[in-house]
Amino acid sequence: MSVMTPKMVKVFERPRSLADIEFTYCPGCHHGLITRIIAQVIDELGIQERTVVVGPVGCSVFVYQWFRCDGIQSAHGRACAVATGIKRVNPDLIVFTYQGDGDLAAIGTAESIHAANRGENITVIFINNQIYGMTGGQMAPTTLIGQWATSCPEGRDAGLAGYPIRFAEIVAQLDAPVYVTRQSLYDQKRIRATSRAIKKAFQYQVEGKGYSLVEILANCPTSWHMKPVESNRWIADEVVKVFPLGDLVDRG
Amino acid sequence: MGEKILIAGNDAIAEAGIRAGCRSYFGYPITPQNELLEYMSAHMPKAGGAFVQAESEIGAIYMCYGASAAGGRTMTSSSSPGISLKLEGISYLAGCDLPCVIVNVARGGPGLGNIAPAQGDYFQATKGGGHGDYRMVVLAPATIPEATELTMLAFDLADKYWTPVLVLVDGVLGQMMEPVEFCEPVDPTTLPLKPWALTGAQGRPRNIVTSFFLDPHELSEINLKRQDRYRRIEAQEVRYEEFETGDATIVIAAYGTVARIAKTTVKLARNEGIKLGLLRPITLWPFPYAPFRALSNRVKTILTVEMSAGQMVEDVRLAVAERAETPFYGELGGIVPTPRGILREVRKYVSYDAENGQSF
Repeated sequence: MSVMTPKMVKVFERPRSLADIEFTYCPGCHHGLITRIIAQVIDELGIQERTVVVGPVGCSVFVYQWFRCDGIQSAHGRACAVATGIKRVNPDLIVFTYQGDGDLAAIGTAESIHAANRGENITVIFINNQIYGMTGGQMAPTTLIGQWATSCPEGRDAGLAGYPIRFAEIVAQLDAPVYVTRQSLYDQKRIRATSRAIKKAFQYQVEGKGYSLVEILANCPTSWHMKPVESNRWIADEVVKVFPLGDLVDRG
Repeated sequence: MGEKILIAGNDAIAEAGIRAGCRSYFGYPITPQNELLEYMSAHMPKAGGAFVQAESEIGAIYMCYGASAAGGRTMTSSSSPGISLKLEGISYLAGCDLPCVIVNVARGGPGLGNIAPAQGDYFQATKGGGHGDYRMVVLAPATIPEATELTMLAFDLADKYWTPVLVLVDGVLGQMMEPVEFCEPVDPTTLPLKPWALTGAQGRPRNIVTSFFLDPHELSEINLKRQDRYRRIEAQEVRYEEFETGDATIVIAAYGTVARIAKTTVKLARNEGIKLGLLRPITLWPFPYAPFRALSNRVKTILTVEMSAGQMVEDVRLAVAERAETPFYGELGGIVPTPRGILREVRKYVSYDAENGQSF
């Protein structure tokens, strides 16, 4: 009788580009998942040593802590201008911003649109969870009509606060962007699609093709007052009706 | 040193920036600094640098923030209302210890004000302006050749102390022309590398540029270290000019365009026997408190003249205390004082000795 030595194959591990530091996110939040996907993409493209993370203000204010890459904090909304400055001075760097809906689509509207319109060769990861998480759950520019938030206690009223802003669609009508897409993470299939979209956006930057925006419909179980599973169902059933998924522009 | 050329202030400051090794400029049009932006749009790309006309002054200052973090010498310019917009970014530059040169070609205010020259931005420039405990070196040239020298110095000081530096001129200095002999250009590749620059974490631990520290003790320690740097700047970088102060009984305190006009007043006054001198701060921060203190022990009057309602005069009074009288004469709204207008003010503080025909 011969002894078989079982061959151990590692099928899952922490991406090399993901720092060994605990996330500050709430349980069930999509931010951690997105961070991991980006780290995996950085590994797969072999760009860790030339990537610079531009952080936002919001729940992901510490985003630069979680990558084994150079990083910089930005003021609220200014990440795309900061990324422009870095990239123009050193075009060999791979520069991406990671911004929430308040950061990118409210206070940073001007910086965000004009970086896209100039076709800056950067990657913008836009986390759309329809709420201001870090400050305690106020209305965001992307909050759905009727959705409750601490600063719209009767639900968002279009007559008072307008409608949820579809930022990817705004950027998609510009001539310069090479890749604009909206993705989500509510099931395995969507997670894999988001991973492919993020990889494509970074790949285009590596190839010098230009500006990409990956909008990701994310959850906020804490401020939505939902269990994580419920929050995924809410995105699948309600959020995608307002923010349709899929590629809007692919000029790669 | 090369040949002497006739050049406008805005163009000269831009050229000095490129000669200082600055290889990125980000700006937004606003009068009376537009020629600076236009000069950069034509000449920065030729020098191999980056030029972006930003979407706003806010966009421009954050492009500088990114460019500086990436290790390059970088610059922006604007005029008073545009500098107000940049203040958030200036606080972030200071909070991250990032070098950057900012030029304010100041105009009348507050609000939209007008496009005439003014000095109403002294408080904004020297007392913070943006939020938090920070300081900014402020250089105030009085002529265009000096503006080119101080612009080049601004880049050296910014790199030496890792701090934003403001060059404060006004519409007069921005628009007028003077002969200038430029200094030899600096080759940016010869400048020392910045250990904190975001160049990619290759063969070294990652670099992080941030002003965000949740732990009060950590933030306090970082702030105290920065304050030490400010004390070093105060000790080493005070610059000023004294003109005819040796035997003076009355001295004008003025900077920039007004100091230049006041020099003519000194000559006019001396022709009629008034022992008038001029003390011109060149660095508005760090302010030359000590020279004013020294003067106040031997002169009767220090008359501060500004194109404002009285801003620098507060620093003059802080230095002088009660040792001399410290009157103020200001013109507002973009009105530029004349040499004779200043002389009329000076005469108010001069007593005449009828017997000897002397004034004191």
